[in-house]
Amino acid sequence: MIKGRITAAVAVISLVLVACSGGTTPSTGGSGALRSGAPIGSGSGGPGTNLPTAIGPGEGSLNIIIWAGYAEDGSNKKEYDWVHPFEQKTGCKVNSKPANTSDEMVTLMRQGGGSVYDGVSASGDATRRLIANGDVAEINPQLIPDWNDVAPFLQSPPHNTVGGKHYGVSHGWGGNELMWRTDVVKTAPTSWDVVFDPAKAAAYKGKLTAYDSPIYIADAALYLKAHRPDLGITDPYELTQPQFDAAVALLTEQRPNIGKYWAAYADEIDNFKSGATVVGTTWPYQVNVLKGENVPVQATVPSEGMTGWADTWMMSAHAKHPNCMYQWMAWMVTPQVQAQVAESFGEAPANPKACALLDKGVGPYAVKNFCTEYRVNDQSFYNQISFWKTPLADCGDSRGQACIDYSVWTQKWTAIKG
Amino acid sequence: MLYRHRWLQVLLLLAPPTGWFLVVYLGSLSVLFLSAFWLLDPLTSAVVHTFSLRNFQILLGDPTYRTIVLRTVGIAAAVTLTDALLAFPIAFYMARVAGPHARSLLFMAVLLPLWSSYLVRVYAWRVMLQPHGPVESFLSAIGLPNVEIGYSDVSMWIVFSYIWLPYMILPLYAGLERIPRSLLEASQDLGGRGGITLRRVILPLALPALAAGSIFTFALTLGDYITPTLISNSQFIGNVVYDSQGVANNIPFAAAFAIVPVVIMAGYLLIARRLGAFEAL
Repeated sequence: MIKGRITAAVAVISLVLVACSGGTTPSTGGSGALRSGAPIGSGSGGPGTNLPTAIGPGEGSLNIIIWAGYAEDGSNKKEYDWVHPFEQKTGCKVNSKPANTSDEMVTLMRQGGGSVYDGVSASGDATRRLIANGDVAEINPQLIPDWNDVAPFLQSPPHNTVGGKHYGVSHGWGGNELMWRTDVVKTAPTSWDVVFDPAKAAAYKGKLTAYDSPIYIADAALYLKAHRPDLGITDPYELTQPQFDAAVALLTEQRPNIGKYWAAYADEIDNFKSGATVVGTTWPYQVNVLKGENVPVQATVPSEGMTGWADTWMMSAHAKHPNCMYQWMAWMVTPQVQAQVAESFGEAPANPKACALLDKGVGPYAVKNFCTEYRVNDQSFYNQISFWKTPLADCGDSRGQACIDYSVWTQKWTAIKG
Repeated sequence: MLYRHRWLQVLLLLAPPTGWFLVVYLGSLSVLFLSAFWLLDPLTSAVVHTFSLRNFQILLGDPTYRTIVLRTVGIAAAVTLTDALLAFPIAFYMARVAGPHARSLLFMAVLLPLWSSYLVRVYAWRVMLQPHGPVESFLSAIGLPNVEIGYSDVSMWIVFSYIWLPYMILPLYAGLERIPRSLLEASQDLGGRGGITLRRVILPLALPALAAGSIFTFALTLGDYITPTLISNSQFIGNVVYDSQGVANNIPFAAAFAIVPVVIMAGYLLIARRLGAFEAL
């Protein structure tokens, strides 16, 4: 009897241990063998002071936070591999950690006092936060050989250049498109009303999807900008209280029609494959993967325009492998790599010299007239995309401090999901 | 010297575990409490170390968080009840009916799923429960075509009940096993039939074990956030804490909300103690 009881007690205790270890999140990826190298940069110095004048020898390892698809090593499609050539060329072993949201990127960049990761492919809604908090280092553009080939409007854009200091190298840009399954949604949608207009969205009740991040409130604001002129929305990230409330109300109305929000891109791929969700916002990456697996999907830029991202490779102010990071930033903006990223991910490259290569078709996702299709040199199109940026209390115009800041966006997003 | 000073012996023996308890456990808990009163700078999203009750005002003022707390507690309670109902017959059979051979087989069956990863088991259920998945197809084949449980609270309840079931069976087994046979015989001698013996003898004696098992099922459900993310579209307390920390980097708000389950569990443990759960462990 007693023996049985003890056995059971031991079993229970070990079960609890199993539960505790099972309940942790998937690991955040190895911090790798961190060998500290000679620090070559310091972000907190005055303008131009303390900047390195040459890239030193690599430290043998590089830890970066990426958007999925930004560090392909040929394991998805063997034609798209720019990690192995980089490792061979520089001796820097690349450990990449995909993040699902900009917020996650900011959090990861601050891990371990900012020394766990050397760099990040940050979008405009994260860059300003990272710069303001001193998380990223000022860089010396002269160490990036292809710097002058980057499209002029991306060399010093406000999202990565502050007060004449460069905090990174522009990587590429694109928009959050509308994707649908052609076997369910028979007529191709041309407007976001298919997900936002209650009458139209009801047709796909329980099969809609949306991006699970507070920044998605801007998508609703962009829709209202076109359909509710009385609100006077000028910028979907600079919303006054009534404008913000209208966007939140629209999303609350949309909530019952959502089958599953996607936070991880793999989640969306999964649910489009199974047909659990059939229409909603997407990155071009998921469209490419799904088409590659012969899932009947199509994507478009709706008439209202779209939100989007313009990404920058930034280096941590406390990077342990700054030389490898500099080499990575230089590598990522070369025409060859730009062409591969642009084609496999589906975004406009920051370096238009990639276009000549793209027209030849780099790999299986080749798009005809890629650079025309993605409007690579079209600055007016670029200006039409509402690029992600951090919503601040300061509206940035004559309205002054009347806008809703990001912490309120986060709390309202929780409220919308309920 | 050690031999002469017994107090020194005791001190050396107890210092490491006490230190661990004080520093690692109570220390982190007090940091949690403390940071709940801090704030977040909206531009840099860095923590501002000034005392404020704002986080708690938001928590109490916004009905969203009440809904989330009620949902979390409600599902945890439903899972506990379901597991108690499912576990009782199994545990009773294992403890009082099965022979040694059948008993070890059953033990293995109960424990075997725990050898696979938690995530693997949740993902397996996700595939089965997703819209138009095997479970819905099965239900529609047996004449229930309009049941939609994919990505819902119902599917969450099913998965949690499955995952935590062993944690209810084992304490219940231990509790049922130690009921003396003589008491059951006495009940029969006095004319108590099966039902009456169960209700008036076995259940009261097994109550501490039930309470002990319910601590596991309730607490584990209360603190989970992975299953809600993968299986449903709704949020648990843990999801809001995770999003506040991981998405918004709003650690003070995450800490404030994390205090809610601590308070709930403290209350639950007090009740469980009155039911004698700790003697049953």
